[in-house]
Amino acid sequence: MQRKKGSGTPKQPLQDRQKSQSDLSAWRKGGTIDPEKSVQDHQSLNDQEANSKQDSLEPALSYFAKVQDHISLKRNSALQRHLATVESIALQRGLPPEAFDVLLNAALSGKLADTVNTRLLKSLIPDSVIPETSVVSSVSWLCVSKCSSNIQVLFLRWLITFFDFIDHKEELHALYGFFFYFLQDEKMCPYVCHVLYLLTRKENVKPFRVRRLLDLQAKMGMRSHLQALLSLYKLFCPELVTIILPAKTKTYFKNAEGPWKAAIKTIRQRKQKNSPVPQPLLLGTAQPRSRKRKWNTQLMIPASSTNRNHLEEVRQKNSDLYSTDECFPVEQLQTFPQLLQNIHHLEFPSRMGSVLTNPLLLHYMNCIKDESVYLRLYYWLGQTLQEECTWCVADNSQHEEEFKDFLETLCSAQCFLQEGLSPCEEFLYRSLPLWDGLCCRSQILRLVSWIPLNSFSEMKSHLYDPLAQLFFTSSLYFKCSVLESLKGLLQNWLNWQMVHLDSASDSRIHSLNTTFSGLLNMVAELIHFVGMISTVALRLESDHTFLLYFILDFYETVCDMYLKYNLPLLIMPPAGVFYPMLLSMDSVSLNQLCYIMYRYRTNLVAAKENEQSKKEIQQFRFSNETYKEYNQYITAMVGCLWTSNAFQKDIHPQGLRMDDELLNKTAVEEFRTSFNIVYHPAMIGYAVLFLQQACPGDITFNFNLIKVRFLNWYLEYLYAQGLEGLKVFIESSINRVSKASRNEAGNMEK
Amino acid sequence: DSQTTAFLLRKHWVLYSVTPLYKFSSAHLKVYAKLLSAFIAAEKQKGLAVEVGVELDIKVAVTSLPDLKGSDQDEAAILVQLSLRSQASQKKSEEKLVWSGWFCSVCGDDLSKNMPEDFTCLPVFLANGAESYTSIVGSWFQKTFDCCFHRLAISPLNLSWMAAMWTGCKVDETASAMELVFSVPHLPQSLDILYAIHPEDAKALWDTVQKTPGEITQEEVDVFMDCLYSHFHRHFKIHLSSTKLVKVSTAIASAHCDGIIKFLQSQYVIEVLMLLTELAISQIQ
Repeated sequence: MQRKKGSGTPKQPLQDRQKSQSDLSAWRKGGTIDPEKSVQDHQSLNDQEANSKQDSLEPALSYFAKVQDHISLKRNSALQRHLATVESIALQRGLPPEAFDVLLNAALSGKLADTVNTRLLKSLIPDSVIPETSVVSSVSWLCVSKCSSNIQVLFLRWLITFFDFIDHKEELHALYGFFFYFLQDEKMCPYVCHVLYLLTRKENVKPFRVRRLLDLQAKMGMRSHLQALLSLYKLFCPELVTIILPAKTKTYFKNAEGPWKAAIKTIRQRKQKNSPVPQPLLLGTAQPRSRKRKWNTQLMIPASSTNRNHLEEVRQKNSDLYSTDECFPVEQLQTFPQLLQNIHHLEFPSRMGSVLTNPLLLHYMNCIKDESVYLRLYYWLGQTLQEECTWCVADNSQHEEEFKDFLETLCSAQCFLQEGLSPCEEFLYRSLPLWDGLCCRSQILRLVSWIPLNSFSEMKSHLYDPLAQLFFTSSLYFKCSVLESLKGLLQNWLNWQMVHLDSASDSRIHSLNTTFSGLLNMVAELIHFVGMISTVALRLESDHTFLLYFILDFYETVCDMYLKYNLPLLIMPPAGVFYPMLLSMDSVSLNQLCYIMYRYRTNLVAAKENEQSKKEIQQFRFSNETYKEYNQYITAMVGCLWTSNAFQKDIHPQGLRMDDELLNKTAVEEFRTSFNIVYHPAMIGYAVLFLQQACPGDITFNFNLIKVRFLNWYLEYLYAQGLEGLKVFIESSINRVSKASRNEAGNMEK
Repeated sequence: DSQTTAFLLRKHWVLYSVTPLYKFSSAHLKVYAKLLSAFIAAEKQKGLAVEVGVELDIKVAVTSLPDLKGSDQDEAAILVQLSLRSQASQKKSEEKLVWSGWFCSVCGDDLSKNMPEDFTCLPVFLANGAESYTSIVGSWFQKTFDCCFHRLAISPLNLSWMAAMWTGCKVDETASAMELVFSVPHLPQSLDILYAIHPEDAKALWDTVQKTPGEITQEEVDVFMDCLYSHFHRHFKIHLSSTKLVKVSTAIASAHCDGIIKFLQSQYVIEVLMLLTELAISQIQ
């Protein structure tokens, strides 16, 4: 019975401000979650247990309800027994709601000795909820001062600890004035402040209360509890309190652990049924760190609401100050649902810079395409980047970590907005020539990926030249990071043009005044730049596989621009990139190259078809040069992977074509067959393994057998090894004639 | 005009650039003064709350200087003054000015054109007084109008421009010498070289360099400075071109590379401010 009543706790939302004591509420939630199931599970056991305990609690309660004045604990065995009962039940499984009225009355009425009162209060641990009425009557006991100040304080501490367990708080709110009155008691003051902090609503903030708090502060000096309450008042009515909070936010209230923490813990452990309560997703702001500067002390500004609204009518009558059409303070914005509910009367924080660490405000910023919003952010960002850059400003080097964090924040904000911010672009252009390539490397390279697509910027002198200088003189890993970052840049540009060029309504795009061909040139310029640095890098690093991987990764985006991003632009890799990939010793690279060439083919075929059906605007058609280049590459590839005639057929000026005379000089016996699906250096390993499977026991390794007899089987074997790129390439680009003619070809080779 | 600028003269002003102020309105200067004075009191007491509007130790006045601007597009300059009330008597005459600072824009069209309505462009801020006050006032403005303050250093190149420009200006009184201070880099101890030139000599040199009156080119400035350098080298065998120009003083004004300026002639205040506005805008944009 009792348990069921307990489990029917009225669902109370967790405190909307962060003043709820999270561990307690989590416990309560855990205790009340899914009650039916747990009740079923442990029904018989619990009933038994509960009944026996309940039996013994009831006499104790009726005893305390009727208890007379001034009974000595030492001499009264009944009191001793009942007190012990209450304590043991409380500690084991908590007290039922109806016990609180009786026990609080007994403890606060002053009838009993303080030792008894203390023990009673200490054992007031709820099993589910605390009825509001019992708390209200306790406050009335406080007002008549029947109990000692120690007990009053203990009661307040109890109230703070279990505040979240009180079932309703309306009547308690009505007692706000009473609590406020208790502030004058010096001993109670810190605890009353805490209670008030938990209770305060906007309508409680009155000028006379502010004045009273200021008076108290003048009398007692700076006290963190008064400061806490004032800061809360300021949050509700910024125009009433001018208060400067220290940069490092102190804990306002000492942890209200009291004597109850251990008991709560034990009971929580006993209640095995508590399922894990998911932690609310905290979208909080990063904790600012102290900084030894005279002003602009924080690089990251915490969001605080603007009180500009109040500036205008600040001298009007006070009653006007609480007019209801005010804004939802950004400090209170904690969850996405809150954002949705208040989006119509939300105002940006007083300093736009603070949105960077606040995803909710970034969401809001994304909705409000207001020029002044961006302007405010841009000015702040531009100045901050200029002032804080550790390698541009002489004595800033000790702040490197902080600057790194700041850049990191910027990267995530841009990623969140899916949009580059123009001050970051300007910062890069200004600082890259001075950059050593080490400081904040990953952040800087990520910022590079978010440079906006804007045909006005001179990327060559601003970005490509300084970047190339660093690229050529830095390590392999730096080169790979740069390639990765430029791939990100390309993808961001492609995504951006996909989204924005379609929506002609976006006014900010028009203001860029960019033409489509201008954008195409930008993209082409980037791809040519990557082709150029890749060519050089492959020579510098002797075709390192790791480097090949990043280059191929870049071209995987390039080869699909027409179909995937609807961009009438296809650019083949330069020969300096293509041939090292084709002749790579590594099957992964070769396989990837095959896939890329297959995608080039698919894109080109689609373009050709569209061209013929005149769907395309003729202005943007691929040049014959592109088709020609593709065909040259494909000839070389087929020669290398299939027909074994790369040395003869390759017609690319930088290709593999070589005279037989020259080839004879190499003294390689069968140079003609050196490059095909079997003998290609990246493939020969597979061929060996295949032969071991196909002809077990044969140790002569007659590779010719593969082409002559097992070709299909061999191909299936290769495909099964995960060479998907090779598969799609062979299936699309190699015209596999009938078996007979293939044999013929084989014969001819011989 | 000279009255309003009189208080600007012969004081060292530390220069700052300020990004446009958001939702600043010159109609609310009195309210700003009250809020700022409460803010200063709260800052001084390090975390104590202060009620807005009560009488405080530090009196803040925020006023407008309508004459201090270059064109009609410029916003009127804003002056902030902090004065200390003496504890003994509350008489107004006992107030002592402890700090002053002003925002201004002289021909700042580059910044203010196409600026949305909510923004006020006053890109130059000049402060005189303890830096602790500057930082408090600056913080309040940054917080309230979402703007950024940034020290405005003057590069040697700009200093040489100032030297050339101010040399050419006519001054009625017998002018003081033109002084250039150079600092020699990479020395264990700092070594400054003071180069003083008689103003008439400097003017004569400049007149031979400048081709069209009222117009100055970079080339002319370079020639002017090179002449001064070669003269110095002839006598002392020191190449001033390898040192850093840190300070320029003329009868018009004096400027230090750290971003400190002193106005000496009221009729040239606007001209000097125009150059400073230009420098501030280039730092902001």
